[in-house]
Amino acid sequence: MAQLVRIRDELPLPRDLLVRLHDLMVQARALEERLISMYKSGHGYFWIGGPGEEAFSVPLGLLMKKGQGPAYDFLHAHYRQSGTILALGEDPVGALRQMKNTASDPYSGGRNFGGHYSIRRLNVVPVTSTIEVQYLMAPGTALAQKRHGGDAITIVTGGDAGTAEGDFASCLLWTTRPGQELPVLIVVTNNQWGISTPAATVHATRNLSDRGKAFGMRTKTIDGNDPIASYQELAEAMAYVRKERRPFLLEAKVSRLYGHSSASGANLVAEEQDCLRGYEAKLERYGVLDREQMDAVRVRHAEALAQAARAVIEEPQPSPDSIWDHVFAPKDGG
Amino acid sequence: MAQAIRMALHYAEEHLGVTDIFGEDVGPPLGGVFTVTQGLSTAWNTPLDERGIVGMAMGLAFAGQRPVAEIQFCDYAFNTMDLLKLAGQMCWMCNGDWNLPMVLKTPVGAGIRGSIYHSHSFDAVATHLPGWRVVMPSTPLDAYGLMISACQEANPVMFLEPKALLRVRGDEPIPGEPADPRALSKMIDAPLGDRSGWRPQWPALSAYAVPIGKGKVVRPGGQLTVVSYGRMLPLCAKAADDVAAEGVDAEVIDLRTLAPYDWDLVKASIEKTGRALFVNEDTEVTNFGEHLVRRAVDELFYRLLAPPRLLAGKAVPGVGLADNLERASVPQPPEIAAAMRELAALAP
Ligand SMILES: Cc1ncc(C[n+]2csc(CCOP(=O)(O)OP(=O)(O)O)c2C)c(N)n1
Repeated sequence: MAQLVRIRDELPLPRDLLVRLHDLMVQARALEERLISMYKSGHGYFWIGGPGEEAFSVPLGLLMKKGQGPAYDFLHAHYRQSGTILALGEDPVGALRQMKNTASDPYSGGRNFGGHYSIRRLNVVPVTSTIEVQYLMAPGTALAQKRHGGDAITIVTGGDAGTAEGDFASCLLWTTRPGQELPVLIVVTNNQWGISTPAATVHATRNLSDRGKAFGMRTKTIDGNDPIASYQELAEAMAYVRKERRPFLLEAKVSRLYGHSSASGANLVAEEQDCLRGYEAKLERYGVLDREQMDAVRVRHAEALAQAARAVIEEPQPSPDSIWDHVFAPKDGG
Repeated sequence: MAQAIRMALHYAEEHLGVTDIFGEDVGPPLGGVFTVTQGLSTAWNTPLDERGIVGMAMGLAFAGQRPVAEIQFCDYAFNTMDLLKLAGQMCWMCNGDWNLPMVLKTPVGAGIRGSIYHSHSFDAVATHLPGWRVVMPSTPLDAYGLMISACQEANPVMFLEPKALLRVRGDEPIPGEPADPRALSKMIDAPLGDRSGWRPQWPALSAYAVPIGKGKVVRPGGQLTVVSYGRMLPLCAKAADDVAAEGVDAEVIDLRTLAPYDWDLVKASIEKTGRALFVNEDTEVTNFGEHLVRRAVDELFYRLLAPPRLLAGKAVPGVGLADNLERASVPQPPEIAAAMRELAALAP
C-alpha cells in the first residue's frame, strides 16, 4: 500500500490526462476494430488504418492547437491517423460513414477509402493515398503560418518505407533553407514495414531520424508504443517548433497490429507489441484505473460504435449524378 | 508577352492578393529565364525541385495564401504529374471541403530551337487533369487578361506560356502601357549588370480581365473553321489571310482556354461553315484536338461538309534541334495553309 501511494504521488502526467489518453486510445482501437469488422462483413471495400499506433497518434492530437486557418496547427496526415482525429474531438461516426461510402461521409462523400480524412474547420488537409506527397505540401502551410506570426505549426506524418521517396528529402530541404526555416514537426511512424518489405532491407541509416542531421535539424527517435513517453516527447518537440519556428524530425517506433491493410487480411498480428495492453498494465500499477474500469471503457466504446455502425449501414449511397459535384469550387471558394 | 504577364502579376500582387510568385530563378536577380517575373515584390527563388514547388503552392493555397508557381519549362513538369493530378482532384476528393486557389505557369511548345527538353507541349497532358482550368494566350493582351482572371480563381489554373511568343509585341496595348515600347522597357525591364539597387517603375495598370472559358473569333469567315491557340494561332491567322487571296474564306478561333473550352463558340462556327480544322503543336496521338474532332463528329455530323481534320505535331519522342528536324516535327505555315485549301475544297 505504501508503495502504491508513493507511485501515485509521482504520476508522470496528470491523472485526468492519463485517463483521457486511455479513453481515446481505447476509442481509437475500437473504431479500427469496428472498421475491420465492417470490411469483413461486406460493409466496406477496403480497410487501412492505425491500430497499434494509438500511443503516438492520440497524444499528437491532444497537443495540437485546434482551429481553422494559419493561426492554428495544420495536419498533413497519412492513412493511419484515426487516433489523432479522434483526439481532435471528431465524432467517430464519420469514419464509419466513410468506410461504408455513404453520401453522408463527411470526408469525401463516399468517394475515398476509410482513414482518408479531410476536416477544413480543423486544418486537417485531405489525406491522399499517394505516399509521401504530404511532405511536399507541409512546407507551404508552414510558410503561411510563419508569415502569419504566432505559435501555430504544421505537422506531417507518414510511414518509414515512404521516406525513400524524394518527397521526404524535399521536406527536409524546404524546411531548413538558411534564414527561411519553417515550423514543421516532421513525423515518421516507423512500423518496420512497407507492406511486405522489411525496413532493414532498404534503409542503411541506423535511425531514420538521423537523416535530419545533415540538414542541421533537431531529431529524435522515440518509443511510440509508450503513450506517456510519446506525450512528453511530442510536447517537447512541438514546443521547440512553436517557439523556434524551425523543423523537428521525430521518428516514433510503432506497431502494425492488424497488418498493412485489408489486402493482407487485417488480422491481429500476435507478435506485435500492443501499446494499449502495456499502457493498461501501467495504469493499474499506478492505481489510476483498475481492470474493471478499463473493461467498462472498452465495452462503452465498442457498443457505441457497433450501434452507430448498425445505423450507418442503412444510410443511402451517394447518387450517381453526384460525380459532377465539386469538380470546381465556386468563385468564393465555397 | 513576357512584359504583359509581368505587369499582370504586378497588378495581382498589388490588388488581387497574390502572396507568392516563385520557382527556379524566378526571384531576383534574374526574374525568370524569360524575364517574366522581373521586379515583382513577392517573387522568390526556390530550390531546384519541381515537386517541391508544386507542393509548396498547394500548401500555401491550403493556408489561404494566393500562390503563383512556375515550372521553368513544362518539359520538367512531368515528374510532378501525381501532384498535378492531386491538385486537380483536391476539391472533388474531399467533396468540396477544400479548394486550391493557385496558379501554375510554365512555358510550352517549340519555335525557339529548344531541342528535346525545351520544346514539349503540355496541352494534352494538362487537359487530362480534370479540376484544373487550363489557359494559353496567343497575344500579350490576352496573356495579361488571362493572368488577371487566373489570379482571381478559386481553383488551380495552369497558365501555359507559348515560349516562342514571349518576345512578341502585341497589336493591342495593355491598358496603361506607354505607347513607346522603349519607354516601357526602361520602366520595367531590369538593367544589365548589377541590379541590386534597381526598382521597376510600374505603369498605372487596371484589372483588365479575359474571362476563363471564353474563346475569340480573330478572323471571321464563312467557308471553314480553324480552331487553334498559343503559338499556332498567329500562324493560322496568317495562313488564313494568305489563302484568302485564293478565295478560301476561313474563320479563325483562338480558344484561349482549353479547360473549360468554349464549345458554344466552336460549335456555332462549325455549324456555319461545315468544315473544321484543329491546329496545335502537341504530338498528334491522344491529342487535345482529337477530342475536339470527336466532339465535332458526335454532335455536328449531319452539318459537316467535310471530315474534321487535326493538324498537330508528329508523334515522335521529341522535337529535334536541327532546323529541318524541328520544322518536320511541328506544323509549319505552308502545311497549315495547305490544310485549309484542301479542306475548303472538299464537299459531299
Ligand atoms: C506513391 C505510392 N506508391 C505506392 C503506393 C502503394 N502503397 C501503399 S502503402 C505502401 C507502403 C507504405 O509503407 P510505409 O511508408 O512504411 O507506411 P505504413 O503503411 O507502413 O504505415 C505502398 C507501397 C502508394 N500508395 N503510393
